[in-house]
Amino acid sequence: MEYELVVGLEVHAELSTQSKIYCSCKNEFGREVNTHCCPVCTGMPGTLPTLNEKVIEYAVLMGHALNCNIHQVCKQDRKNYFYPDLPKAYQISQFDIPLCETGYVDVLVDGEQKRIGITRIHIEEDAGKLLHNENFAGSLVDFNRCGVPLIEIVSEPDIRSAKEAKAYLDTIKSILQYLNISDCKMEEGSIRCDVNVSVMPKGSNKFGTRCEMKNVNTFSGAVRAIEYEAKRQIELIEAGGTIVQETRKWDDAKGESIPLRSKEDAHDYRYFPEPDLLTIVLEDEYVENLKKSLPELPNAKHIRYVKSYELSQKDTGLLVENIEKAKLFEDCIALNKCSPKIICNWILGDISKYLNETNKTISDTNITAEKLTELLAIIEKGDISNASGKIVFEEMIATEKMPKDIVKEKGLIQISDESELEKVVQNIIDNNQKSIEDYNNGKTNALGFLVGQCMKATKGQGNPAKMKEILLKLIG
Amino acid sequence: MELYKLTATELSNMLRNKECSSVEITKSVIDRITNVENKVNAYITVTNELAIEQAKSVDEKLAKGNKLSPLAGIPVGIKDNICTKDVLTTCASKILYNFVPPYNATVYNRLLDNDVVLTGKLNLDEFAMGSSCENSYFKKTSNPHNLEYVPGGSSGGSAAAVAAGEAILTLGSDTGGSIRLPAAYCGVVGLKPTYGSVSRYGLVAFASSLDQIGPFARSINDTAMIYSAICGADKMDATSAKREYPNFVANLNTNIKGLRIGLPKEYFAEGVSEEVKQNVMEAAKLLEQNGAVLVPVSLPSTDYALSAYYIISSAEASSNLARFDGVKYGYRTENYNNLIEMYENTRSEGFGDEVKRRILLGTFVLSSGYYDAYYKRAKLLQKQILNEFNETFEQCDVLLTPTGTDTAFKIGEKSNDPIKMYANDICTVTVNIAGLPAISIPCGKAKNGLPIGMQFIGPKFSEQSLFNVSKKYEDLVGGFNDVPTL
Repeated sequence: MEYELVVGLEVHAELSTQSKIYCSCKNEFGREVNTHCCPVCTGMPGTLPTLNEKVIEYAVLMGHALNCNIHQVCKQDRKNYFYPDLPKAYQISQFDIPLCETGYVDVLVDGEQKRIGITRIHIEEDAGKLLHNENFAGSLVDFNRCGVPLIEIVSEPDIRSAKEAKAYLDTIKSILQYLNISDCKMEEGSIRCDVNVSVMPKGSNKFGTRCEMKNVNTFSGAVRAIEYEAKRQIELIEAGGTIVQETRKWDDAKGESIPLRSKEDAHDYRYFPEPDLLTIVLEDEYVENLKKSLPELPNAKHIRYVKSYELSQKDTGLLVENIEKAKLFEDCIALNKCSPKIICNWILGDISKYLNETNKTISDTNITAEKLTELLAIIEKGDISNASGKIVFEEMIATEKMPKDIVKEKGLIQISDESELEKVVQNIIDNNQKSIEDYNNGKTNALGFLVGQCMKATKGQGNPAKMKEILLKLIG
Repeated sequence: MELYKLTATELSNMLRNKECSSVEITKSVIDRITNVENKVNAYITVTNELAIEQAKSVDEKLAKGNKLSPLAGIPVGIKDNICTKDVLTTCASKILYNFVPPYNATVYNRLLDNDVVLTGKLNLDEFAMGSSCENSYFKKTSNPHNLEYVPGGSSGGSAAAVAAGEAILTLGSDTGGSIRLPAAYCGVVGLKPTYGSVSRYGLVAFASSLDQIGPFARSINDTAMIYSAICGADKMDATSAKREYPNFVANLNTNIKGLRIGLPKEYFAEGVSEEVKQNVMEAAKLLEQNGAVLVPVSLPSTDYALSAYYIISSAEASSNLARFDGVKYGYRTENYNNLIEMYENTRSEGFGDEVKRRILLGTFVLSSGYYDAYYKRAKLLQKQILNEFNETFEQCDVLLTPTGTDTAFKIGEKSNDPIKMYANDICTVTVNIAGLPAISIPCGKAKNGLPIGMQFIGPKFSEQSLFNVSKKYEDLVGGFNDVPTL
């Protein structure tokens, strides 16, 4: 039998507000344990939460970006459970009335638009972190993360493959980055997800029993978890077994999931309205103004790029996914000195390679649209070769110099003067008769060698296309 | 002179007239504590050294001619569920037997801004759950008017300390009557302010939506004075009301001509002792003779208020008390093999019976499948009760009711019958459910010599009216200040 996969995702994103959600402690990752916490975020007896309004602003922005209805009157609820990293023994979250509800997001899968429903987006606080120390009989708790603001984005079970799940996650991540409301650093846990998977016979409209995999910490992990779980469920069904609804823990290192708890011993969270906080009431104007302030989002940008700049779907996708790259691209376009094609090629080529190698973002470097377009214009005009362009680029990012100055300094201006090049080529022909013979005997790669020799003779400054042309004319 | 017997208003005047110093007042109160505490047992922690230090500092400021608050130099005791930085705050529970808060409650900060002197932390029913002050892990407080009797609860220590002259003023907390009932039993004034008018920041929560901190005193003037100091918006408490408050002392006005006093029949029904009814009705008549108009009114939902109160308060308590798990502070069992056992044994050994009873009740009413049947219905009832009050306040300006159904009972008399104990709150809980202000003031004594209390209830933020009518009654009966010989 053929099966169809049904996936729903719950994405938790930490919001990059200055302070925590219910107190004024700094919201900052990576500090020494238990240094960013106060009586409020550690839930000391008698303390009370007060809501950071920035959290509402960020969550409403995300709601607008995902085409949701905003509940202008909503409340916060307590979700009660015991865990050592949860100091109040309840998490302040939202239960029956989330801030944002019923939206959708369009994602691109293999060049095709696919619409995925958004069930809800709600705000909540993060818990602390347990540190399991082998030298110590027990575990230690770091409360720095307590009270870091989170939004939970719950999708409809509209996702039908691991590939779609990946596209959805990438889109959600890039929207968060476009809105500048989360730094989305997976290695810091600032974006995590829970994965719901079920399978059903192909063509069926009745969903199978689902299993939830908790705390998948990377997108690639999500893809592997979905593939693993689909396989597990199909094999189980094929072997005559039945799927039981349960929560499973994804072990990314082992590439497998293990049962955590079944439906029977599921938590009763005893949700009830948080009595220490007031009802959230948002004015029409506030909600509208946030909607107006939305930047152009990745999907719209994508459509516009393909239409205006004749870039490929794949290149556009890569450009748009990263807001810094998209911005650099547009800034370069605005300067109107070189073609969209060369800008795109350089951003996705040399610049991306450099960023990956150095683990930097564009804002960490001194790459600006001014410098880049100056360089690309010189290349496009044929004043320097592409190879020299790479040399200039390296110098440009290593120093504060402008490309023009670097070209001058290094004497990289390309020789395009025909009579001058002819002399060089003739000289190479005279000294490489063996290669000429080889070429005439059908060894076409001898031509490459000869062009290379020409380049060497001009110290890389000869225009290779022109020299090749001359070479063919002289030996042809 | 026995300074501890005087009111804060009297002492404040004497300080300004240089008839005594704050150190003298403080020493008088400390001596009184030393002499009678073994009988009354009002305090869990006495802060004598801190008190003398604070008093000295006030005297120095006064000597320099600094302009200070009328509360400056006055010895004040605080219920032991209100956090005081570096001073033990136990909630009268084994589970917090060693808890020293790293921060101050907003009310204590405000008192410090007014240069009060802290005498210590007062006994209560564990986590403010109870009506007799018998549910403390540390000690049972006695009623200063008869040591064999309870002082009422849960702020029994705060009421008894003021009544016995072991503090001039005290703070308590009132979730279902925990200030007013002990005030009535101990013959002092107790104010449960409008919900949201006094910051709850630093009050170890029992039931967040009902708890409110309020003062005890031996005169209306004193009550208005300390209330003026502690009320007001607080950015640390999201539920605190953003509004300005008058100086309640300067605005005292005892003209009650035409004041409509509502007498809700449900509060004078069976279950309230004849003696109490009689005393309260006599007080009503006295006010009528002096210009007030008595209006018979009805609050039919009162009968259900007790059930709604116990459901809402226990639900919130079960959640609020979950943090006492032995992980970060307080008591931790020594007897465990894994995390779950540590939680279970810590909580089993650390909490008393009454607290456990309410945690279980609260956990039950919130659990899935029962939420709609209990918690949701209790919240609907809450709305109905508030609506009834609002309608009633169109017919009258304030309500007058008994505070308790009877005078104080004997220690041990009701401690094995929780239902009987809960019924003590019947006259007081509606006020918390509706978030209204109410004041309990003495209205004579019963034949057994124990004080009787009556309560004025007003619309939200009508504290000034409550002070005014109470002050009129206080003047008519020649004052409330009656420190018993012990």
